[in-house]
Amino acid sequence: MNRTLRTAGLVGAAAMLLAGCAVGTGGGAGADADYDAEAAVEGELSIMGFSAVDEVAQARIDLAEAELEGVEVELIEGDLDIQQFLSAVATGEPPSLLYADRDQIGSLAARGAVVPLEQCIDGEGIEMDQFVESAVDQVTLEDEVYGIPEFNQVQITMANADLLQAAGVAIEDVNGSDRAAMTEANRKLAKVDGGKVSVIGVDSKLPEFLPLWVAGAGGSPISEDGRTAQLDSPEAIEALTWAVGIYDDQGGFAAVKAFRDSADFFGEGNQFATSTLGAMPMEQWYLNVLNDVSPDAPMAFDSVRGTDGEPIAFAGGSAWAIPSGADNPEAACRWARVMTSLDAWQAAADARLSAREAEGKPFTGILTGNTVADEAIREMVTSGGEPWDSGVTAMYEANDHTVALPANPADAEFEDAMQNAVNSVLNGEATPEEALAEAQETAQQALDEGWAEIDGGGD
Amino acid sequence: MTAAATERGTAATPGRRDPQGRGRGIPSHRRGSAWREARPALLFLSPWIVGFVVFTAWPMIYSAYLSLTDYDVINTPEFVGLENYAKLASDEKVLLALGNTALFTLMQVPLYVVVSLLLALLLDRAGRASGFFRTVFFLPKMTPPVAVGVLFLLLFNGQNGLVNTVLGWFGIDGPAWTTDPAWVKPGLVFMSLWTVGASVIILLAALRNVPETLYESARLDGAGFWRSAWSVTLPMISPALFFIIVVNTIAGFQTFDEAYTAFFGAGNTTYSNDAALFYVIYLFQQAFEFLNMGYASALAWLLFAIIMAVTAVQLIVSKRLVYYEGDR
Repeated sequence: MNRTLRTAGLVGAAAMLLAGCAVGTGGGAGADADYDAEAAVEGELSIMGFSAVDEVAQARIDLAEAELEGVEVELIEGDLDIQQFLSAVATGEPPSLLYADRDQIGSLAARGAVVPLEQCIDGEGIEMDQFVESAVDQVTLEDEVYGIPEFNQVQITMANADLLQAAGVAIEDVNGSDRAAMTEANRKLAKVDGGKVSVIGVDSKLPEFLPLWVAGAGGSPISEDGRTAQLDSPEAIEALTWAVGIYDDQGGFAAVKAFRDSADFFGEGNQFATSTLGAMPMEQWYLNVLNDVSPDAPMAFDSVRGTDGEPIAFAGGSAWAIPSGADNPEAACRWARVMTSLDAWQAAADARLSAREAEGKPFTGILTGNTVADEAIREMVTSGGEPWDSGVTAMYEANDHTVALPANPADAEFEDAMQNAVNSVLNGEATPEEALAEAQETAQQALDEGWAEIDGGGD
Repeated sequence: MTAAATERGTAATPGRRDPQGRGRGIPSHRRGSAWREARPALLFLSPWIVGFVVFTAWPMIYSAYLSLTDYDVINTPEFVGLENYAKLASDEKVLLALGNTALFTLMQVPLYVVVSLLLALLLDRAGRASGFFRTVFFLPKMTPPVAVGVLFLLLFNGQNGLVNTVLGWFGIDGPAWTTDPAWVKPGLVFMSLWTVGASVIILLAALRNVPETLYESARLDGAGFWRSAWSVTLPMISPALFFIIVVNTIAGFQTFDEAYTAFFGAGNTTYSNDAALFYVIYLFQQAFEFLNMGYASALAWLLFAIIMAVTAVQLIVSKRLVYYEGDR
């Protein structure tokens, strides 16, 4: 009997200990914070996921540190390590401020890992209407803003003008506006011999750019409210079928990817400089890479265009968010406000402009996620001559026509389901219809479970 | 209370401390002596014991508890009973990942052992140069697994990779190792040979421990090279071989780093391949990408049970096949 009681006691104690270990921090923090743009802030500010990687970051850090005089800032540098963040949250010691990809914010918000910023925005006077609309959508869940966006990554069409001319095709044939023409252009541009690719005609950049092609066809992988997956929509099936066909016409994705992976993507021997790639959509930062390493590459640029001929870009970027349980939310909010302010972006643009002038290279602008700052910085852009100026024009055009996936509570599962579907088609394991039907089911289930937690007030 | 007082108390009330009387008949001074001897041992063992309790036993107990909860790392775990284990049965990806992992292990372990043995046999005959080559074979083991994953993508690139280039010299058109689902696992198996050095060193030590007298006896009985290898070498190094098989089987079931880097991480941020979805990768995704820590814990315990079962079978089989000199 004594033994039984002792065992029961031990089990009970262990259960209490176990339950006590996993207290979690979700739900409440920062609620009693007093955000006031005029008030002085002090204490420590730990920031996770942000690095002083270049002059754009450093100029803004300098400004923010000056504004937050008296605050001891600690940068936990490197890209956000979600494991590191979750460990910090689980131990009840989250950082004061988080710098994350915008598409991570929805899931973190749904689980209570980051707090709504309404009070922060009001208190600090952050003008949310200055931000790019699609960027704000990405950090807004159930009408609550959970992140202050910054930077905007957009895609533009990049092409090798010499290859286009030799094949008798124009940039308009590879910008996505006419998909039949793009398929035909791909066939003309590609060089494949015995299953070996020596020139990629068009790279449709699957699996990552499926949402771009779906948006270009007038669809969206997910509904505007983030509740309903639309992966098996006719637009999605058509887009995937077409984009995979681009690879099939070149001997299949395996051959194209193997050739693509062997390229010196960031060096002088990149695919455009070596004339081994006809065209592809790519994020705007690659424009600077090309200009840096191969300024004489025979480039041609345009926006990516939808089937209606209008420019379109599938935007991404970063955001500042305040973790639940953060011990200095006031300083965190101030930092987010200053870092995304017009002054900060102008300081950043000045620093970048000086650096580029020192290198004798053009300043191609910065897409900040803040429309007012974007306009101001666009005025500072310096000419690099053609074709680079056309690239910058295409970049700003794309920035004015962005769409994005709305925040939702299952963004990781959703993207995983979507990419698995594309990969299974690329690997020859399923047809687009089959793959997308399965992805639709998986993604919808994840969304339903995520929204049920929010709607039901689940913890 | 001092340790000495405790000892006196124990000795003075043996009936209360040992109601079943197991300690009766042992003189108290001998028990005290045993305790005095045990204390330094415990003291020296304590770093390991503390390490085991804190870093192994406690996480295991905790993960067993988490496997019975719905836990997203952020909020308080919610007890759900055996729900996570029931979900395992209906999760198609579990079956896919288990199949991939089992197939990889079945291919990798035999090849790994054979290559290790061949290299060890060569080294055994390398004379004074064996020290140098032993170091050379072991060096790749020092390479970070993430680097090996990236290296895999470069070496096994279907178009310009070194492996296919070499195959091309012999007129062989190499496959798309990194993208063709049929060749992904064989590619990873070949790449795993990169770290064969540790096993080579273990087998080399075992080979050098085979008494020369046994070979002399075999030769006197008319045994040739192959007969000696079969009847002398293999039995004598069978404990080392068994160790390598067990350890590599467990490692095979836990394959993660190289495949994750190559197909789910830095090497390919968006492209993946179901053929490379190994069990621990799926577990990692559930835990840290989808934040289903409770379900991931259940996945971990399923893997633990499978590894225990496989190891138990190996131990049973080893009783017939492994020769331990000390057991004669």
